[in-house]
Amino acid sequence: MSLGQRVSTDHQLARLLQIGVVLEELVEARAERHLEELDPSKRAALDDEVEELLAEAAVESAEHRDRVAALLDELDAETTRFEQIEALVEEHYSAPGNTDGVLYDQLFSEETAYKFYDDLIAAIEDSDTEFSVDREEVLATLREIRAEEEKGVEDVAAIMEARE
Amino acid sequence: MNSADQYLKAIYLAQRLEDGPAATGTLADMLDVSPASVNEMVGKLESRGLVEHEKYAGATLTDDGIVRAEDTLQTYCIIERFLYNVLEVEDFRGEARALESVIDDTVAERLDTIIDRREECPDCFDAEADCCEFLEVEQQAD
Repeated sequence: MSLGQRVSTDHQLARLLQIGVVLEELVEARAERHLEELDPSKRAALDDEVEELLAEAAVESAEHRDRVAALLDELDAETTRFEQIEALVEEHYSAPGNTDGVLYDQLFSEETAYKFYDDLIAAIEDSDTEFSVDREEVLATLREIRAEEEKGVEDVAAIMEARE
Repeated sequence: MNSADQYLKAIYLAQRLEDGPAATGTLADMLDVSPASVNEMVGKLESRGLVEHEKYAGATLTDDGIVRAEDTLQTYCIIERFLYNVLEVEDFRGEARALESVIDDTVAERLDTIIDRREECPDCFDAEADCCEFLEVEQQAD
């Protein structure tokens, strides 16, 4: 944490929260896309556990996005439209190819979100800026989301281990 | 990215701009820090084998330093492109500089999945314009 690794303005905080929303939208869109990519025969062969994991990940990310968007609303900042990110994912998507690839991608998504919230929380904690939103409320929300991302990483890792 | 990486990126770009070693004053201006801070960090980077420093001339990246600086510049380019193309931020350069220390490589890698970046990145980074030479930036009306 150095050389300006702090959040020093409302504007910077809002921008970082917007990035958080996009990361959640990426998780949601990619998880949904992975499920769609599998044709019915492959999908039938997909472990129920993996299918459930992807469906739950999409739902959880949508919920995280709404919570972060509520903070952005308090900061009078806008969020990206999910459709915009969904379209960009569609445009650049290349299917992982098999279930292990899907799981790896999901693990990377969860780890990335965890790392993002962890860094953001540290940067807010290091800052003595008075934001126009309640700092403790922001931190509490981000800590809860971080804990759920951590759980998400553990869930994917457990399924990957069980498949080895 | 951490502050060491930010210094390595600045040295890389200063070397390109000055076509030679990166002078302490140039680095201080680029990073908005004091010359004393620059000298201290350059000393640390030299001890890690990432930079060679010649008194009165300036800092030059070693091969290892170049590899790390290029990775860092790629991350920076992803942040700039993401801000401009996805979030439509007009001052994407200023905001990328402000946010680069909080955005981790893994996060940038994820954002990279929805932007268009050239294969030759970061060779196509224009040090003077402070953005990729292929990034189509709309000129703002006065």
